[in-house]
Amino acid sequence: MPVALSPSRDPAAFPRLAFALAAILLLWPGLELTEFDPATLIDKRSREVMGKFLGTFFPPELSQDFLKLVFKSTLETLAIATAGTFLAIVLAFPLSLVVSRSLSISRIGPRTGHWIGDFIRLPARWLLIVLRSIPEIVWALLLVRAVGLGPAAGVFAIAISYSGMLGKVYFEIYEAGDTRPARALMGAGSGRLAAFSYGIFPMALPELVSYSVYRWECAVRASVVMGFVGAGGLGTQLELSMRMLNGGEVSTILLMFFLLVLLADGVSALLRRALA
Amino acid sequence: MELKLESVALTLDGGHRAIQEVSLTLARGERLAIIGSSGAGKTSLLRLISTGLRPSLGALRIEGRDPWLLSRRSLRALRGRIGAIYQAPPLPPRQRVVTAVLAGRLGRWPLWKSYASLAYPADIPGARAALGRVDLAERLFDRCDRLSGGQLQRVGVARVFYQQPELILADEPVSALDPQLADRVVGELNRESTTRGVTLVASLHAVDLALRWFPRVVGLREGVVTFDLPPVRITDAMLTELYASESPMPPTQDNRPLELPSAHLAPVAGANQPLCR
Repeated sequence: MPVALSPSRDPAAFPRLAFALAAILLLWPGLELTEFDPATLIDKRSREVMGKFLGTFFPPELSQDFLKLVFKSTLETLAIATAGTFLAIVLAFPLSLVVSRSLSISRIGPRTGHWIGDFIRLPARWLLIVLRSIPEIVWALLLVRAVGLGPAAGVFAIAISYSGMLGKVYFEIYEAGDTRPARALMGAGSGRLAAFSYGIFPMALPELVSYSVYRWECAVRASVVMGFVGAGGLGTQLELSMRMLNGGEVSTILLMFFLLVLLADGVSALLRRALA
Repeated sequence: MELKLESVALTLDGGHRAIQEVSLTLARGERLAIIGSSGAGKTSLLRLISTGLRPSLGALRIEGRDPWLLSRRSLRALRGRIGAIYQAPPLPPRQRVVTAVLAGRLGRWPLWKSYASLAYPADIPGARAALGRVDLAERLFDRCDRLSGGQLQRVGVARVFYQQPELILADEPVSALDPQLADRVVGELNRESTTRGVTLVASLHAVDLALRWFPRVVGLREGVVTFDLPPVRITDAMLTELYASESPMPPTQDNRPLELPSAHLAPVAGANQPLCR
């Protein structure tokens, strides 16, 4: 009988066990390094402090003055995210064009001067890397010192770090797309910018918009976090309320924050569906 | 536009020798069809002439000058006067037909006009007229991805009509069209050539189309010109030899039996010898 030929035990058992052990061996040092100890969570003292604080969460603070303040901060957060993303797009777009190779005329023309292209492309590429390698929260901390407390620091922080990310993704979208239309146009004497606008941009547009909207959604969340370091908006309000251990206010702000993320999510999904 | 190929050879990136050695001279307004089995080098030859590929050996002269020695600016101007029709037209799927046709003149328009035309089409009557010549005027404001392969091919032809080049290079321009429409489009290309003095070079899969419409037909096999003759001098033997590696019969539209123009003439002494140069 063929059954007799197959092994009586699961042949995959040993590799699975080995993988599991290897994963634990790799993860354990991480837990050690971060002094992770679940016991501190249920430790009596922590429980008391957390319990007291969480207890004050209910009822949420709903006085008209405070709601007005929260509402104003929410608008500020939205404004920071939107203005920051818009500035980032304005910065990223030309950079992505400079960096992109698919528009390199030296590919189809006489090969004179292609090193000039590389000479310009390389620093632009480095600039994009530097812009995005520093997290927006660090930019915010730096800028709060430079331009002072308030939303302006948040706007600039988002504009700087997101322009790096957007620029990189934009140019990757151009490169991934079909370059034949643009090359055909350049082959018919068109200039680079016109060939881009007629040959590459129409195909890249849905992806460009989709990614930019996704980044805006991230910016809404990031601007809340940046508020903690004084860059304005809901985050600043949240930080104040938390420092004063005012649970009611914290829960109102968190609820508002939840609604805001929900809204950003919805708007982004709507825009992306409209383009699909 | 007049052009001359002097012992041109082309080795592609992979090391494949697509064009062995080709010499051709074309006068202004001349019409030439290139036939040959797939892989014979028809597309490579057209790309060489369009200045899209640089000859590995030999020289290409357009209006007496080597385009690869021109300045960047003059080369761009020259390319603006060459119109290429592709077998698979490189059109962005989301672009509207009107924009795709108007893009034919990007080489001549200043940048501001190119951008203005994206906001509102700069020359709707012009685009409509060009599309009308290939029976597509009613699709002016449709998106390219709503069109069939054959319709896209015709949009590519309309773009070149709108471009008004002095040299048209058509690479199997009607491969996706039914015989009637193919005939009509090749006829329009020929009319463009005769009325405006445009030099026309077309590679064609269907031998009957080439023989019917073109006063001069070049047979290309493995990157070498096997004959360069008017249709009346082309014989069955030449065609059979040309397509020997591909099929027993020369390809035609709908696989109709081929009727050679030479069959109606009294046999000419020596006509069976390929007249290679």
